[in-house]
Amino acid sequence: MGQFIFLIRRDLSLAFRQGMDSVMVVVFFVIAVVLFPFGVGPEPGVLERISAGVIWVAALLAAMLSLERLFQTDYEDGSLELLALSSLPMEVTVLAKVVAHWITTGLPLIVAAPVLAVLMQMDAGGFGVLILALLLGTPSLSLIGAVGAALILGSRRGGVLLSLLVLPLYIPVLIFGVSAVDGAIGGYEYQAQLMILGGFFAGSLALAPFAGAAGLRQSLE
Amino acid sequence: MADLHRFANPTRFLRLAGYIQPWAAGIFFISLAAGLYMGLYASPGDYQQGESARIMYVHVPAAWMAMFCYTIMAVASAVSLIWKHPLSDVAARATAPIGAAFTFLALATGSLWGKPMWGTWWVWDARLTSVLVLLFLYIGYMALQGAFDDRTRAAKASAVLALVGFVNVPIIKFSVDWWNTLHQPASVIKMGGSSIDPSMLWPLLIMALAFKAYYVWVLMIRMRTELVDNKVRIMRLRQVHGG
Amino acid sequence: MFQGKNLTCVRGERIVFQDLNFDLAEGGALVLIGPNGAGKSSLLRLMAGLLAPAEGSLLWKGENTLDDFDEHALRLHYVGHHDAVKPVLTGLENVRFWSGVRGGKIDDEHILGALDAFDAGRLADVAGRFLSAGQKRRVNLARIIAAPAPLWLLDEPTTALDRASIGLLDTAIRKHRESGGAVVLSTHADIDLDAATVMDLADFAATHPLGYPFAGAA
Repeated sequence: MGQFIFLIRRDLSLAFRQGMDSVMVVVFFVIAVVLFPFGVGPEPGVLERISAGVIWVAALLAAMLSLERLFQTDYEDGSLELLALSSLPMEVTVLAKVVAHWITTGLPLIVAAPVLAVLMQMDAGGFGVLILALLLGTPSLSLIGAVGAALILGSRRGGVLLSLLVLPLYIPVLIFGVSAVDGAIGGYEYQAQLMILGGFFAGSLALAPFAGAAGLRQSLE
Repeated sequence: MADLHRFANPTRFLRLAGYIQPWAAGIFFISLAAGLYMGLYASPGDYQQGESARIMYVHVPAAWMAMFCYTIMAVASAVSLIWKHPLSDVAARATAPIGAAFTFLALATGSLWGKPMWGTWWVWDARLTSVLVLLFLYIGYMALQGAFDDRTRAAKASAVLALVGFVNVPIIKFSVDWWNTLHQPASVIKMGGSSIDPSMLWPLLIMALAFKAYYVWVLMIRMRTELVDNKVRIMRLRQVHGG
Repeated sequence: MFQGKNLTCVRGERIVFQDLNFDLAEGGALVLIGPNGAGKSSLLRLMAGLLAPAEGSLLWKGENTLDDFDEHALRLHYVGHHDAVKPVLTGLENVRFWSGVRGGKIDDEHILGALDAFDAGRLADVAGRFLSAGQKRRVNLARIIAAPAPLWLLDEPTTALDRASIGLLDTAIRKHRESGGAVVLSTHADIDLDAATVMDLADFAATHPLGYPFAGAA
């Protein structure tokens, strides 16, 4: 446990000192959402109807963009092989890096989401559930994405390839995330969707570290 | 295992493949002819959908094969990760494009089927949507296979991906079905196993057999090609390096 | 103490070496030499467990190291081609992290002592991005002093080091061996170790190195 926290703190301080990464993810998130009113027109009815979907899709893309570097720098400077030789099992290393990644990118996205919801004319009744759904959904995105990030290490086309691998796997989270928010706005059920999102989180928490560790090990060979 | 690993000599496999290949080809052509005849002439048209429903005899077996090939890929990947049998890598790699082609065929025929039914080429029908996502999974797998210079790396990375994808297929299926009930409950592609008339079931099953035989046939060709290709490459390299 | 039996290593589709044996005693040293591509780095990675042997086994005091990767990892220090020095962390922070993540001591005094062994105490407060290649290497070497481990696997440790630093490395290795530790290193013969076994990896080259795993087919 001590080493687990130690690794998270190191990744956080790296992200903090390197600075810009999380800021850029949030800026991307904001810009991506702001593009939609230009695309579909500013009629409040239209924007409100698509607000939950747009915010979720943009959050998905933003989370994915930052994933490419999750293991990349450690892979390039030799840290990854030393982490493999530390007292932490590889699965725990993956989990620690995912936690740090979520704190530096997932969390800022959630903080920015309500502002974007206002811009997208979302009904105020949906805000709470939007935040809740993102809280339950974004960790799954980081976990699933970590598997993809591990698999592309050392490949020729990193970023584009990563999106090809990871985005189809994000579809379930997207479906239930949007549906929960739409449910809350429309005044019908949304608890079931949140529970399923929680289920996805639990499932990916149980499986993704193993797949990610398998990916990292083969990248070191 | 060690012996196998040291000089995994595919001679035995090549000989076996040589036997299987003409049989698979024969079964494919015969059952294809029979299935098409029964499906297109001998069976009655659907009383609701008319003649256009006959595309089902291609669409449904293709959709089955799409899933079947992905399952084979996942099994071969598991074998390659656990027992490190080099032929299973070759099998998984050779299966992917065949499966992707079946997936595409299922999508194309589904779209053709939808046109007279709904008057549009594409409807976000639950089954079609799931097949579309499956196509993305295939494309991702093939892209990852092609992204490494080192073949063994490519094989290992894509084996992990195939397993991850395989675990996700039922989850995606469930999500898409659930999503679909919100928006459009009726699926035109109704394949309730027990209620189907035998006159339609038989051609369907024979077409499914034809597709399986086709898969085995092409798989043998692809695997033999890759192994022979390997042989040539090794000989070339030895000429160059004298190794 | 540390033995390799009938090791065969495969990288990509090439058999790098085969049927390699070694036996390293407490306080022993093994120096790997050989031309480029002979497998010096591969053998060290194999010993570290980063690479699985295609055949053969590695034994630590008679136990197969592949049985418990995590346990084996803590017995050894591996210094590869990259120095794993983070540009935004200071020399001290870099070493402290690598010590702590192995459960070693992390107090400043201890870490500074490790840095001093390679005359890198001055680098304690300097961020990694300002370090030269040789300074990074010294910080990286300080890491293996900070959290002790009985086996050192050093892949061309003298790269980028000046003569004085090589002398310090010499001293560190001697102390390590005196306390019962063992060391394996690959080199271009610019380091002199007493009573070391020298192994030329060219002796273990495969007759037909290419085309693995289908080598029998051609």
